[in-house]
Amino acid sequence: MNDTPIVDKEYKYGFTTDIAMEQLAKGLNEDVIRKISSIKDEPDWMLQSRLRSFKIWQKMTEPKWAKVNYEPVDYQDISYYSAPKSYVGMDKKGDKPKSLDDLDPELVKTFERLGISLNEQKRISGVAVDMVFDSVSVGTTNKEILDKYGVIFCSISDAIKKYPELVKKYYGSVVPATDNFFAALNGAVFTDGSFCYIPKGVTCPIDLSTYFRINAEETGQFERTLLVADEGSYVNYLEGCTAPMRDENQLHAAVVELIALKDAEIKYSTVQNWYAGDKDGKGGIYNFVTKRGKCVGQNSKISWTQVESGSAITWKYPSVILQGDNSQGAFYSVALTHDYMQADTGTKMIHVGKNTKSTIISKGISADKSSNVYRGQVKIMPSAEGARNYSQCDSMLVGDQSNAGTVPYIEVKNKTAILEHEASTSRLSEDQLFYLQSRGLSMEESISMLVNGFCKEVFKQLPLEFSVEAVKLIEMKLENSVG
Amino acid sequence: MLQVKNLHVSVEGVEILKGINLEVKPGEIHAIMGPNGSGKSTLSKVIAGHPSYEVTSGEVTFDVNFEQKNLLDMEADERAKEGVFLAFQYPINIPGITNYDFLKTSFNSVCEYQGAPKLEDEEFKKLLNEKVKLVEMDPRFLTRPVNEGFSGGEKKRNEILQMAVLNPRLALLDETDSGLDIDALKIVSSGINKLHTKNNSVIMVTHYQRLLDYVVPDFVHVLSDGKIVKSGGKELALQLEKEGYDWVTT
Repeated sequence: MNDTPIVDKEYKYGFTTDIAMEQLAKGLNEDVIRKISSIKDEPDWMLQSRLRSFKIWQKMTEPKWAKVNYEPVDYQDISYYSAPKSYVGMDKKGDKPKSLDDLDPELVKTFERLGISLNEQKRISGVAVDMVFDSVSVGTTNKEILDKYGVIFCSISDAIKKYPELVKKYYGSVVPATDNFFAALNGAVFTDGSFCYIPKGVTCPIDLSTYFRINAEETGQFERTLLVADEGSYVNYLEGCTAPMRDENQLHAAVVELIALKDAEIKYSTVQNWYAGDKDGKGGIYNFVTKRGKCVGQNSKISWTQVESGSAITWKYPSVILQGDNSQGAFYSVALTHDYMQADTGTKMIHVGKNTKSTIISKGISADKSSNVYRGQVKIMPSAEGARNYSQCDSMLVGDQSNAGTVPYIEVKNKTAILEHEASTSRLSEDQLFYLQSRGLSMEESISMLVNGFCKEVFKQLPLEFSVEAVKLIEMKLENSVG
Repeated sequence: MLQVKNLHVSVEGVEILKGINLEVKPGEIHAIMGPNGSGKSTLSKVIAGHPSYEVTSGEVTFDVNFEQKNLLDMEADERAKEGVFLAFQYPINIPGITNYDFLKTSFNSVCEYQGAPKLEDEEFKKLLNEKVKLVEMDPRFLTRPVNEGFSGGEKKRNEILQMAVLNPRLALLDETDSGLDIDALKIVSSGINKLHTKNNSVIMVTHYQRLLDYVVPDFVHVLSDGKIVKSGGKELALQLEKEGYDWVTT
């Protein structure tokens, strides 16, 4: 019906940054791991942990149960460390860029093009950003205000050196290396990521945010994020990701661990917009991510909100272990696939404590020839007296060549549990669009209204600016697929 | 107001309208009747701009403030903004969007196009309250998602509410009477009559005479196999009711 697209579905983050890089030769073995650890000047316990993870990984095989198809990844054909030279130089002297003013202007420009203006960040006090470029964290904004409240927010590399006790206590406590193939790989080769600790009783005064950028060719990004909310604390955490357009597939295998102690609350939001490959399905990021939170203490709360709009393949199940009595977990997700994208994403809610509650709201939109599967598990352990779960999984198909699926696993071992599951599939149809257009809404406004309505319950969980961005992102990607 | 000249329309290569001629002047009410599959709904959808139909030849022009505009060159939303309104035979659900938000967005995009000031919540609510009374709708419908969980009759009434809010120059009512019980039919008809002035026009597409008892047409056209085979005054509808469509189509 509509031959000319209204807005070109161009990936506007597809540029590359021309900057001198230090990159390890391709390949994965013990020496590479030792090299990474030594570049990062890590203590021996971390190196030993990496080597243990590597041994575990070597014995594991890649999971094949997800509904995604891709050529096997050659793990020896990837470089496991890549960092801007200027940054490395300073690090070797044991002296990371002290202030953001010392950053390479090319990096500053890159983040500006991504919509993160460092100058702006210095003025805006609403959010602190940790910027991860390929394998390293290049800087964190708004440190002063965080210091005042005793909030620790820095790269995980710094944290390993500066706060070894905290890191040792919690690192791997939610996602051990034995958990899965990609978690083991990450444990062996992770190069950076963010660390965050909110002290007892502190409501983090500003939102914390990490921006992940893959730039270099033939590298993988393996970041590690660890976030600990001590008793009675609260934090709102945002995460964004982009990468250049490249014909080769690139691997992103991250691990995120969240720990909420008694009465603490963590809200973790992601807008994922990795490069998804071109119209013929060439290139794009393989996004194989393990994200899990543990409500350790009573009355603690963890919620994951994700807008997954990029990546050639998404394999991601942000989960919550509800260990403390009365703890609450939530998963709100919008996953959009178009062209040849494949997403297999969902959550796990493991109820251990009494009167634990979990909510799952998943909205999948699949367009073109893409595949979009919700896969989720709700597990009620024998100890979880009075546990409750509500799950709602809705799929929207755009066009007639895409497919959507819902795969819920429910395991209940306590009779007092109450579970509800609702699922629906609908089609974004020409008739719906015509209905709105015949009421004076343009094609763009119509798509926007339909998508907004469909994703409403998820978008309202996002902080306002993030939610506006997310809506725009989804609209832009859908405009070409509709009509 | 509206001129349809020798209109031919196909869907997926099958010709459905085979040369329609129709002229509607301001203030007139036309009824289009005909058996199933004669092309009645197609005609109203094509005038409103449904993208699935291919106009193979012919013209559809629309007069706005003494200027003649070619409707076929416009997207559906532009036609709506020029004052063409289609009340759907099967209104569509819009999950997650309240009736209120929908009506306000729609109203304001039409206002913006026509150079009228947009209304903020307070003023819009006032306007909406009047319109809600016109179709005797429960105001609670406004806070519910568009058409979700509405009964067939409620959906039809909601269409007339949208018409009342948008105040179109030309209203195309596609089988608005179907699925209505007699009370609802009276309310909907009285709404249509109240909205009708000497400056706007109505085209009703219907199977049955019963709507025409309440909204009295100036002209009745009988459509059969993609062509208008007979036109006349309101008495034509009565005659059809008595003798059946065979009387005009064979």
